[in-house]
Order: sequence, then C-alpha cells, then structure tokens
Amino acid sequence: MDVLASLGDGFWIALTWQNLLLALIGCFLGTIMGALPGLGPSNGVAILIPLAFSLGLPATPAMILLVSVYFGAMYGGRISSILLNIPGDEPAMMTCLDGYPMAQQGRAGEALALSGVASFVGAFLAIWGLAFLAPQLVKVALLFGPAEYFALYAMAFATLGGIASTNQAKAAFAAMLGLGIAMVGVDGQTGVPRFTFGEVHLYDGIDFLVAIVGLFALSEVFIFLEHRGEDSGTNKASKIGIGRITPSLSMLKSCTPTMLRASGLGFIAGVLPGAGASLGSFIAYSLEKRLVDRKGTFGKGDPRGVAAPEAGNNAAAGGALVPMLALGVPGSGTTAVLLAMLLALNITPGPLLFQNNPDVVWGLIAALFIGNFMLLAMNIPMVGMFVRVLLIPPRILMPIVAMISFVGIYGISGSSFDLLVMVVFGVLGWGLRKLDVPLVPIILGVLLGNQMEANLRRAMTISDGDWGILVASPLAIALWAIAVIGFVVPIVVGGVMRRKMRGGVAD
Amino acid sequence: MRLSFGTSGLLAASALACIMLAGPSLAFEPENPECIAPANPGGGWDFTCRQVGKTLQDLGLVPGTVQVTNIAGGGGGVAFAEVVNKRNADNDLIVAASSATSTRLAQGAFPGNTMDQVRWVASVGADYGIIAVAADSEIETLPQLMDQIKADPRSVSISGGSAVGGWDHLKVLIAAQAAGIEDVRTIKYVAFDGGGEAVTQLLAGSVQAFTGDASEAKGFVDSGDIKVIAVLAPERLEGDFASFPTAVEQGLEVIGANWRGFYAPGGMSDEAYNYWVDAVGQVYSSEEWKEIMAQNGLAPLDLQGDEFQAFVAESVARIENLSREIGLIQ
Repeated sequence: MDVLASLGDGFWIALTWQNLLLALIGCFLGTIMGALPGLGPSNGVAILIPLAFSLGLPATPAMILLVSVYFGAMYGGRISSILLNIPGDEPAMMTCLDGYPMAQQGRAGEALALSGVASFVGAFLAIWGLAFLAPQLVKVALLFGPAEYFALYAMAFATLGGIASTNQAKAAFAAMLGLGIAMVGVDGQTGVPRFTFGEVHLYDGIDFLVAIVGLFALSEVFIFLEHRGEDSGTNKASKIGIGRITPSLSMLKSCTPTMLRASGLGFIAGVLPGAGASLGSFIAYSLEKRLVDRKGTFGKGDPRGVAAPEAGNNAAAGGALVPMLALGVPGSGTTAVLLAMLLALNITPGPLLFQNNPDVVWGLIAALFIGNFMLLAMNIPMVGMFVRVLLIPPRILMPIVAMISFVGIYGISGSSFDLLVMVVFGVLGWGLRKLDVPLVPIILGVLLGNQMEANLRRAMTISDGDWGILVASPLAIALWAIAVIGFVVPIVVGGVMRRKMRGGVAD
Repeated sequence: MRLSFGTSGLLAASALACIMLAGPSLAFEPENPECIAPANPGGGWDFTCRQVGKTLQDLGLVPGTVQVTNIAGGGGGVAFAEVVNKRNADNDLIVAASSATSTRLAQGAFPGNTMDQVRWVASVGADYGIIAVAADSEIETLPQLMDQIKADPRSVSISGGSAVGGWDHLKVLIAAQAAGIEDVRTIKYVAFDGGGEAVTQLLAGSVQAFTGDASEAKGFVDSGDIKVIAVLAPERLEGDFASFPTAVEQGLEVIGANWRGFYAPGGMSDEAYNYWVDAVGQVYSSEEWKEIMAQNGLAPLDLQGDEFQAFVAESVARIENLSREIGLIQ
C-alpha cells in the first residue's frame, strides 16, 4: 500500500490553488495546440518552457504545467482529425480513419465526445499503470534490444494491410514510399549523407511533422482549390449538420472492451523508448480491426475505430513517462523536452528518481490524475463549440488551414526550406489522393522507417552480420509470430470470413 | 518560436532607456539578446542556451530575457549556415556549440563552412568522457577491455549516443590507439539515438561497453547499474565520480572532453564580441553556474575569447588528423 500512501502525498502536493490553476491553463493550451495542425505535444511543451522559467516555478509546478500541456495536446490532436481529416499531431493520424467518415455522416459530435471519453479511459488507466508498475515496467524496456525492436516495427508493417484502403497493393506502395522518404538524411551508422544532394537542410532527414502537414492539410487545401468550393469533403459535412454532441450509452458500452484493449496495448507501446504514441495508436487500431471488424465497418465511420486509437495514444503518453522518469530515456519527442526540463530544474531522472525526488514523481502523477479529469470535464462541453468549425464555409476555413500550416511549420523550425518541403508534400498528397493511395502508411513509413533500419543495422553490427540474431530471443520469436499471423491470417481467413458474413447478413 | 521583429522598436527604446540609466560604463548592451540552439528542444545545446540565458538574466547582465531560438538540422549545420549567410553582422546573437560542432567542422560535415567564419566566444564547462561496462561485467579496467578487443575485436560491441565518426565513437578510437590497437576500424561501435538509449542497451545486455559523457551516465552510476572503468579526464573528477580512475592513471594517455560553449557571428563588432566574452565569463564564474555544473556533472573548462578560439582551432585540427587516420575522411 506504499503506492497509495505516496499517491496521497502526491495529491497533497498537487492540490494547491496555484497547481490547479497551472493544470487548468496547461490543459486548455494543450488542447488548442494539439488541435492546430503542425503544433503537436512536443512543440507545445517546448513553447511553454520559457514561460515556466520566467514565472520562476519550482520543479513540481513546472512539471505539472508541462505535462498538462502534453496530455491536453494528446486530447486535442483528435479534434482536427475528426472534423477536417487533418491530424492535429502524428498520434492522432489513426483517428482520421474512422473519425472523419463519422463526421461526414453527420456524427461529428458523437465522434468527438466518444474520442474524448476514450482519451480519458486510456490516460486514466495509463496513469494507474505508471503509479503502480513504473519500476517493474522498466524491466520490460530492458528486454528490447535492437533485434526485438526490429521485430516490433516489422510487426507494425505486417499488420498494416487493409488499413485505410481496400486495395492492399496501394497500401503497400504507400508504406514503401514512406520508408523511402525516411532514408533521406545522414545515416547514423556510417555518418554518410544519403539522398541529400549536398543540401544541409536534408542532413537530418525529413521531419515527419512537415510531411504530415503537407500530405494532409495542404493537400486538402489543394483539393478545395481544384473544386473551387464546389461540393468538397468538408462542405458535405457542414450540409449534413453536426448531430448529437454526446455519445449514446449503448455506443459507449459497445466501445468499452475496445478502449480497455487499446489502453493496454498503447501503454506498453509507450513504455518502449522509440515506439511511442504513434505506434501505440496504430497497433491499437490495426489489432482492433483484426479482432472485432466482422462486418468491414472499420474505415467507414465505426465508433470503435475512433475509440481504439484515441485510447491507445493517450495510454501511450502515460506509458512514455515510465522510461523518461525511471531510466532518463525519452521515448518520444515530447518526453525528450520534458526530460530536458527536469534536467534544467536540477533533477536527474534515472533509476533513483523515485527514491530521491518522490515529491516530484508523486506530485506529477497526482497532477496527471487531476489534469485528466479536467480534460474530460473541459472537452465534453466543448464538443458543441468544436463542431461549429464544420459550419464555417470552406472558403474561409481552408485559407485558415493553409495559414496555420505555414505559421506552424515555420514556427517550429524557423526554416523556409521546410516550407518548400511542405508544399512539395502537399502536391504529392494531392496527387496520391487522386490515385486513391492511402496517406497513413506513408507517414508510418516516415515515422518508423529510420528506427527500423537503425535497429536492424545495430543488430547486424552486434552479431557480425549473422541474421540469426533476429530470432535469437523468445520475445523476438513471439513478435515475429504475431507479425506472420497478422499478415497471413487475414489473407487466408479473411476471404472465407467475408463470404460467411455476407451469407449471414443475407439470412 | 521566433520573436516577432515588430516589437523590436519597443525593445530598442526600452533597452536605450536601460543604457541611459546604467550610465556610460557599458559600451555595448544587446537590445534583443538571442541564443540559437542548433537543435530541437531537449538536447544539450538547447540546455546550454536556456541555462546560460537564464543565468545571464538572473545576474542582470542582459536587459529582459534571452530569447532561445531552436534551429535544428544537419547536426548544427543549418544553424551554422544561417548565422554565416544571413546573420553575419548580428551583435545580439550567440550560438550554443560543443565538441560535436568542432567534430563536424573538422570532418567537413557542414558543407562549405569552416570554423574561421564565426567568432568563438567562451566555454562554459566540459563533460568528460567515460567508458563503462555493466555492473556484473568481468571487465574491471580499461586496459582489460582493450586487451579483450585486441584478442578478439568481434567479442566486444560498444554503444554510444553519437553517429559513427561522432565524438562518442572517436573517444573509443583514441583510447584504442593509445592502447596500441593498430587497426581501430575493427572495433565494433553501435550508434544509438543519444546517451540514454546507449546506456539502456548496456543494461539490456545487447552490448558489452558504453562510451559517453559523465553527465549521461550519472543516474546509472548512482544506482549502481553500471561500472565506470575509465574517466577520460586529466585528473579525477570531483563528487560522485571521484572513486573512478582516469585512463591516464591506468597508463593510457586519453583525454576526451565534450566542451560546451558559444560562438558568435563572424561580423560581430569588437565591442559586442567583448561584451559577450565578458558576460559569458561572468556567468561561468558565478555561484549559480557552479551549482548548475555540479548538478549536471559538468567539469571546469574556463576559456574565453582568444584562448577559446585557439582551443577550438586545436581541437578541430586534432579531430581532422584522427578522422583522416582512421579513414573517416579523405
């Protein structure tokens, strides 16, 4: 019961007016930043660091402010995914797949409210996980060597089939394109620049944020321009209306198992450094699709397709705090920023943090609980406000989207080169949409490609080029087994199932 | 994250007011002090900018706050090119730098740029390198590790947080050269994304040794998870690392310091340059900074102005030679 006593102390620390106010501000700003394309959790947190400094906040309140922004951004990312088909940040990408179709069917309000609840469930369970399991979970992270990471990424790609597209070949093509884009930049294992054409801006590779904003947001603008405000996607939604703004109880009930499974998966993905929230929401979605998508409704506005990635990515945000606090290893861009903040506050995260700075850790965990309830309370009533975005005529909305995209990307990197890259991706996204190629696998390729390659080559260096290392541990074998099953079973069983289902429906 | 320059007039006015109040003793004071961190928030450069910026502000050496701008890309190359090409005459600007900057300059990894294009301001400390093994490893000393590499180079993988050819890698190679290993290219170095991941892989048992900075390893040294077999400093470090022997003690002449410091635009006026040299020097000698150094495992490295310029030049030349010897550059 040590944990509960410590948590009690944590609440004692967190429950001051100042801390509550900071959490409220953080949650609100985070939600807004998450919703704006380009501004994700990591930039949101980074932007607020100077504020925390200039307010002269001590460690615990500063961390409370910043993690509130982090969690708020994880909540907020879904808003533009659902309303505009533009992910507010990379983990919210998967929410587009079912959230946007729901909005097009006039169920935007329901989708937003449901995803808010799913976010809450994911984050809530993850914080419990963080409170009770953090020291033990560190051991899970230590089970993953380069070979196991490679198997994990391979599993993600193997279960990709069928996501966002009925045409498997196009999904595979998109994933390969993403992997190819990921290869641009200096190769960490040899220090040699690849596909950079002597351009120093390309040495660090292509930032996936630039790719996401270009592919999703700008291409949407281009499509709007092409149709000159005729009946484009967003327009349709506004004609249909916004629907009810609370999810029905039966919908919540049907999504509960989905949320629980997705939270578990997302949390574990978050705990692994290098996997993170995007992988969490992706695996949560694709496995959920495999498990419960009997009628082929995923990708066409299935509420469970909204609940799964949202529960998954918010659980992953909680999970990502485990290696950051207990190992000092950031699992994502955002936790890297939080880690730097902790260091700047003279707190060294690492194996001894829980013993040396219990006030910071438990105050933080208590603040997460408080922040999470605030976010739920804030997000559900705000659904009614958010959905009104759909009522804005596209001719006003689209220029705003373009403006936010440009300002957002320039604000992050301060580089006009990135703006050009973004425009190129916008054109690319426009072309690919015409060809009906799904965009999500491209982003996955860009996000995971580098890590996948780096880990394969690390494994090869360690083993002196012996491929056996990839299947040398039980964990790796298990991951490969899931990958193979995930890849083969739908091909073999899928057809049979579909035929049966069709028969069933006909009866 | 850039400050809008629309407000610069206002700031200029207020800065002018400050100067007039402060009297004629100050020849130069930045209107709009800015520190560029050539990486995304969260890394060492970002930390250097933010901590030094905060201390400058706390000591009242700058008017208002120091704006930190993150210009990521090319391992610092994008920021370097930006400063050289676009902000060459900016008097209000300093840029965070470290051994990684001089390593890349030496290896020509900033295409078309050399260290002479900027003015080197001052160092604010150094993070000495360490070589460590897991707590339960049989290896106890650096010569032991080197002997094992000599006997069977394939049996030892070493993890580090920098890319191949980067500073963490070079430190091992310098040690190996000192130990008399002829073909240092046989050493297996596995590059990870940062020191934290590299230490984690040592704990996970994927690799046999770790090369990094003292500050990166601090948390794991305190918890007893890793065993530091050599500190690459001229003398034993103070504090937590005092119990660990230096490489020099063990008969291997290896010193590897990851220094942290600043450069300024090449066209900066002499008054402004002197102001920054003096201001960073004052930060370095302040009590506040001593505390920050102690808490972050930074060791003393006190070089300003011309001395620092010469230090960087020497370090660039040395890394260039070494990189050529081991075939990293032609």
